[in-house]
Amino acid sequence: MAAFTVASRGCRLLCGFRSLYKKFPPSHGGAVASARSELRCLPRLYSVGHVSVQERIDNKRKAALIGGGQNRIDAQHKRGKLTARERVELLLDPDTFVEYDMFVEHRCSDFGMEADHNKYPGDSVVTGQGRINGRLVYIFSQDFTVFGGSLSGAHAQKICKIMDQAMMVGAPVIGLNDSGGARIQEGVESLAGYADIFLRNVMASGVVPQISLIMGPCAGGAVYSPALTDFTFMVKDTSYLFITGPDVVKSVTNEDVTQEELGGAKTHTAVSGVAHRAFENDIDALLNLRQFFNFLPLSNKDPAPVIECQDPSDRLVPGLDTVVPFESTKAYDMLDIIQGIVDEREFFEIMPSYAKNIVVGFARMNGRTVGIVGNQPKVASGCLDINSSVKGARFVRFCDAFNIPIITFVDVPGFLPGTAQEYGGIIRHGAKLLFAFAEATIPKITVITRKAYGGAYDVMSSKHLRGDVNYAWPTAEVAVMGAKGAVQIIFRGKENQEEAEAEYVEKFANPFPAAVRGFVDDIIQPSSTRRRICRDLEVLASKKQTNPWKKHANIPL
Amino acid sequence: MAAYRVTPALQRVLLAWKHISFNSRCCIIASHAHYSTAYDLNEKTFDKILIANRGEIACRVIKTCKKMGIKTVAVHSDVDSSAVHVKMADEAVCVGPAPTNKSYLNMDAIMEAIRKTGAQAVHPGYGFLSENKEFARRLAAEGVTFIGPDTHAIQAMGDKIESKLIAKKAKVNTIPGFDGVVKDAGEAVRIAGEIGYPVMIKASAGGGGKGMRIAWDDEETREGFRFSSQEAASSFGDDRLLIEKFIDNPRHIEIQVLADKHGNALWLNERECSIQRRNQKVVEEAPSTFLDPETRRAMGEQAVSLARAVQYSSAGTVEFLVDSKRNFYFLEMNTRLQVEHPITECITGLDLVQEMIRVAKGYPLRQKQADIPINGWALESRVYAEDPYKSFGLPSIGRLNQYQEPVNLSKVRVDSGIQEGSDISIYYDPMISKLVTYGSTRAEALRRMEEALDNYVIRGVTHNIPLLREIITHPLFVKGDISTKFLPEVYPDGFKGHQLADSERQELLATAASLFVAAQLRSQKFLGNLRVSTSQQEQKRWELSVELEKGVHAVTVSSSGSTYTVELAGKSLDVTSEWNLASALLPVSINGTQRTVQCISRSPGGEISLQYLGTVYKVTVLSKLAEALSRHMPEKVPEDTSSILRSPMPGSVVAVSVSPGDTVAEGQEICVIEAMKMQNSMTAARTAKVKSVHCKPGETVGEGDVLVELE
Repeated sequence: MAAFTVASRGCRLLCGFRSLYKKFPPSHGGAVASARSELRCLPRLYSVGHVSVQERIDNKRKAALIGGGQNRIDAQHKRGKLTARERVELLLDPDTFVEYDMFVEHRCSDFGMEADHNKYPGDSVVTGQGRINGRLVYIFSQDFTVFGGSLSGAHAQKICKIMDQAMMVGAPVIGLNDSGGARIQEGVESLAGYADIFLRNVMASGVVPQISLIMGPCAGGAVYSPALTDFTFMVKDTSYLFITGPDVVKSVTNEDVTQEELGGAKTHTAVSGVAHRAFENDIDALLNLRQFFNFLPLSNKDPAPVIECQDPSDRLVPGLDTVVPFESTKAYDMLDIIQGIVDEREFFEIMPSYAKNIVVGFARMNGRTVGIVGNQPKVASGCLDINSSVKGARFVRFCDAFNIPIITFVDVPGFLPGTAQEYGGIIRHGAKLLFAFAEATIPKITVITRKAYGGAYDVMSSKHLRGDVNYAWPTAEVAVMGAKGAVQIIFRGKENQEEAEAEYVEKFANPFPAAVRGFVDDIIQPSSTRRRICRDLEVLASKKQTNPWKKHANIPL
Repeated sequence: MAAYRVTPALQRVLLAWKHISFNSRCCIIASHAHYSTAYDLNEKTFDKILIANRGEIACRVIKTCKKMGIKTVAVHSDVDSSAVHVKMADEAVCVGPAPTNKSYLNMDAIMEAIRKTGAQAVHPGYGFLSENKEFARRLAAEGVTFIGPDTHAIQAMGDKIESKLIAKKAKVNTIPGFDGVVKDAGEAVRIAGEIGYPVMIKASAGGGGKGMRIAWDDEETREGFRFSSQEAASSFGDDRLLIEKFIDNPRHIEIQVLADKHGNALWLNERECSIQRRNQKVVEEAPSTFLDPETRRAMGEQAVSLARAVQYSSAGTVEFLVDSKRNFYFLEMNTRLQVEHPITECITGLDLVQEMIRVAKGYPLRQKQADIPINGWALESRVYAEDPYKSFGLPSIGRLNQYQEPVNLSKVRVDSGIQEGSDISIYYDPMISKLVTYGSTRAEALRRMEEALDNYVIRGVTHNIPLLREIITHPLFVKGDISTKFLPEVYPDGFKGHQLADSERQELLATAASLFVAAQLRSQKFLGNLRVSTSQQEQKRWELSVELEKGVHAVTVSSSGSTYTVELAGKSLDVTSEWNLASALLPVSINGTQRTVQCISRSPGGEISLQYLGTVYKVTVLSKLAEALSRHMPEKVPEDTSSILRSPMPGSVVAVSVSPGDTVAEGQEICVIEAMKMQNSMTAARTAKVKSVHCKPGETVGEGDVLVELE
């Protein structure tokens, strides 16, 4: 009751508790309240001098709600970060959070950890389930104010508990990471905890969507949990991901590097490709996560969600008729095409700053979530290289695992040549994208907007890889290579190269060679693309395709 | 493949065409035609006309040609090959690469196009070759009709000094003045006395308004003489002075004339074009609020007598400056179709292009002066792809990824040469369209203009609709109290967008909050999904915080159907709309007041950009909880811009005046950027050493590109 009074005084920190409290009594009716106070009075008569169980419950709850205490909360705020509970409250629909394991405490008895003042109810993580726009989600939020959010055996156990249940009921898991690393005092217990989580990450992979939002430090072994999840998002300036921090780097390799340079949001979204997107601050990140969550199905047994849509599915997009420039060497922005076609121009791009020569992300067509993959002619002519292949492959596999149809826009001049690419293993990495498209059994729609050259044509969700509907725009050129290169090979050493080039262009620089063979199903007017795709998706909604039985495939990793 | 490309495009043009004719039909029923529909197909003119222009004016000419049953030939540069005028024309010829001097000014290529297509006549539009006597001469030499006046008239009116002499001879009022050596101050006073005060004194050799002094009496004349003669001698080594009548608060009013080859000439009333920036017109209207019938007739008759004096045929415009006492003075004559001709067509019912074609073929005018009416009132706003917040308009470029003209509104005419998907490039004039509204009264035309501007969807380029809407609703403009100095006088510190009144601010806050709630509710509407919580009630009441222009407002919204009741600052506003989140236009009713707002963008983080009353406002809507927590969020330090010089617009670098290591003083020129015929000098924001230079002369730069970094 004491806790309740504090809550109603308006202490925001306690809102989580208040909402939990509401869950149990059907209402705040007077009868319930009085019954409760009678209950509370009884033991007091018989246990004079002792704190009653109810008071102990209240005290524990109260302690759990303020985590590491007001000073540490203030310090957290000063760093520009919200507390674990504030984050949960902002992410979930109001009054929907149901907390688990508020009373769990760590079990370490070394180094004075057993002392009462070193015990925090709930330990350094808040776990439970709740709703985002009415849909179920499991969530854990690491509490930096308790031992720097470090991972104890109990902490890991709490996370494992909600992951197990999420798998059982089929609901996504969102992790809000803000942890200094392992609880060193616990030694191997802590390491075991990490491994328990990793195992569950792997088991849940492809069963329920897993999302990590890095909202503080995340170092050492801890980084492998986000790395195993489907999406890793970061908060700019306040979050870091690295195997070893700048100090260790200095002592081992003698490199001078700041935390931000080593593992900040910019590094991981633009250079390493570890993170899928970064947001301005905690609030921006959590609100974006709510939006992102709406694109995802709850599990691999659920269909891609369909949301009410006001954008007419038969809308013509006249701007697309002129979007591809006449000169085939001139660049254009693939995002112009994507935004023109999808519902309400809304496109949630994944990895917008990494391997920009391929664009991937989520959108909706007639309300239904789709995954979009497109070559980006604006960057490196939209060629496929190591990074773009890996980026595309991982995205395609996510969509395939979670029943999200894929729409592929093709304008690809081929794979990027050069020693850097060959030495880096473009063959191995390019094969990943090929593998991903080929094994995918979700509806696959492909639109060739301009170039589809060479092996890259095959890779980009071609008819040959079980593309369900493949379209070409009138500007499409499906060929082994561009005219110049082809002529140099076919007519090597011959005169009249220009004439030969013109002949080649006439023969191959158009959609007919592919269309007459049925490798594209139709040549469509660009402005009608949205209408066509929306119709096709309706048809393909009942598509059923299975791959041969296997333990698992052997994607070239 | 070519055929495949053209066919649907043509279909679209035809569709658009149907729409236009439907509109004019409506207007006839309402007894107001945008222009005459009397096209006598038996009156033989030309079989084929080539339009030596691009953009909206080319489209405008083609429209009339189609009505007259004339085939059309478009010319275009290579970047314009899918432009609207190319699609509208029956034939199209590429005349060169993008730069105008290699394409639209390339006479050889255009002559070749004429020969190849067998066009019998050429309509030059405005700009480009429209007042080029050499072009007219070459056409005449090949026996091709130039749809415009004779070479003689073009030449006579093309020369500033000669045109004034001819005007004087034709008894047209010219600005009284003296140009020559003035002996002493006494003589200056005498000359000033003859002209009549106020007078303007400056060195003849000084261009433009440089070193110009205004004298209102003898004493000031003496002083002005002293300064100007000193300056004339020292700066220019040329003693001559110019003493001229100074026209205070002048208006720019022009008379449309129309003459045939049989000595008939008409004046088609005036156009008020005083609203200008950098001598370019922005808003025009016809008739002028300022002219009385006598002045109008006097101006019209003088304009006609000037036209007669040069044996003018075709449509032309005589420009006058008009002072506050309705004295008017000849400025110049434009021997072509003007940009702003549609407003004259609206009030007179004539199709000027048709008349030009008829006259060029040698037909006499069908109207007498008494037949020329002033029916109603017409306004024209020039919609430009430019940023009105930078010196009333610096060019911007980009792709129109969404574009919707308000042509579904009645009595609205939009002359444009672009469509959704078009590129506004650095090569040509950044005009998007001419938006014309018409009404039986000025108030009606103004009201329609407001509505039309609100319903105009332009995305992908920065445009000047905020400025246009402010001008046409400004009390001085509404009263008709304007001059050519309107913009600098009304916005001495530059245009800053619409300034919200309290009630407007509340409307905007309420609309933003309602839109936020509508979007939130919609994001919970999953179809056919059985796994959405059913015990969760739809939220009916929302406590929000709305931030606008650094002010944070606590707001509560209660929803009932499509109406949201917004309570803020003790007031209650009912906001009703269909809340179509996919539409670019969002018509809302706020406590019964109808408004059309446009949602430019909506981010998951609660930032909403709304175009309201023409201006785009950035509003942030957060739940009360998120707002309370946002005070913990770190301030992001914006980049220090005083040490980085960025290009304010896309263009090409003409000159770079510094190199790394130089020390520059505050205000010193660093480089010159040219865009769309305008040179802009970029200056240092503070005194500093140049750290690095990132541009070279001749390079093309985009908006926001770093030009020079200072230490």
